[in-house]
Amino acid sequence: MTTDHDSAYDSLADEHGGDARWAFGTGFDDPLSGVDTAIPGGVEAADLAVYCLMLADDALVMSQRLTEWCTNAPELEEEVALANIGLDLLGQARLLLARAGAADPSIPQRLAADLPHEDALAYFRRAAEYRNVTLVEVDNGDFARSAVRLLAFSTWRLALLDRLTSSRDPVLAAVAAKGVKEVTYHRDYAARWVVRLGDGTDLSHDRVAAGLAATWPYVGELFVSSDVEQRLAAAGVGVDPAGLRAEFDDVMRQVLAAARLQHPAAESTVDIAGRSGRHTEALVSLLAEMQELARAHPEAIW
Amino acid sequence: MPTEGVPAGTEPRQRSVWPLYEVFVRGKRGLNHVHVGSLHAADSEMALHHARDLYTRRNEGVSIWVVLATSIAASSPDEKDPFFAPSGDKVYRHPTFYSIPDDVPYI
Repeated sequence: MTTDHDSAYDSLADEHGGDARWAFGTGFDDPLSGVDTAIPGGVEAADLAVYCLMLADDALVMSQRLTEWCTNAPELEEEVALANIGLDLLGQARLLLARAGAADPSIPQRLAADLPHEDALAYFRRAAEYRNVTLVEVDNGDFARSAVRLLAFSTWRLALLDRLTSSRDPVLAAVAAKGVKEVTYHRDYAARWVVRLGDGTDLSHDRVAAGLAATWPYVGELFVSSDVEQRLAAAGVGVDPAGLRAEFDDVMRQVLAAARLQHPAAESTVDIAGRSGRHTEALVSLLAEMQELARAHPEAIW
Repeated sequence: MPTEGVPAGTEPRQRSVWPLYEVFVRGKRGLNHVHVGSLHAADSEMALHHARDLYTRRNEGVSIWVVLATSIAASSPDEKDPFFAPSGDKVYRHPTFYSIPDDVPYI
């Protein structure tokens, strides 16, 4: 045996029969391995597809915003951290888009019949067909504002995914189980930065306070449930976001207190916006950038 | 960018540089912690998180140590000979006269 035991990385390739797939990581489990992919009884396939699009689009658009920090983050180390978080969310989005396509193949087929469902759904829908909440599409702002947005998003999504692990749809339950581990770290990362900035210098405190004020108007929408979400929740397949508010408030209260930040006043009532396809201009420009290459070269491989 | 109310200095601010940490990762198999690289962080807690993101994102580790690079005392290249050369001719210090069974790993 000639393994070099001075390298922490060497032992990894052994476990894959010498197949050192560095670019793809090593030792990964397929989150959907052995999962029953039949549509559970008691729900309309079209409803399930729309619900998967909602959860997928939240992750996909948030991932794209995080990606914008590449080459712009204040430190190289933060850039890698933010890109890692973005990639985690992209992974969730892919599984959910594929599930949406499997539940209702007519949607991806109408968009781009020759492409895999997940690609057709990500790259060939217009902004009005996206179902994400507004919180994820608004501009990054500065690093402090991005940290606050990531904290609000991951606190909400963790509460949601946690409940989704007991979904009657085995695929959603499996995606949620994978996502809970990831988003737990995202929330921890964002909370550490909000506390560090809030409890830091006067300048960092003012920046993160401004970020909180800019982010808070988009928080109310997270807890408004659409018809589809209500039907799926009633069927034991989805989660009604209205029930997530208490956990969200509790976490935010703790983090903001540690960060010496004033808890914002209750936001005004909001309508369902993103879930019904009403979006801000910010999503249009985000999609223009994200979709440009795939639309110009639909079957490009790189 | 929400910079309203945020004081903006006229002078460019002097960027302070985060200190350098060295990172040691223990792989899955219960071996020793091994040096894998270095990173910048504001404090040791942040250094652990950066190490998690930079050096264990492909399942490499089960345990991470970070230590301030300035806290490491290292042997000097100038002293290489007095430090290491004297052992070069002392073959009796190596346990090369034992036969090792084939199924004993890590030796």
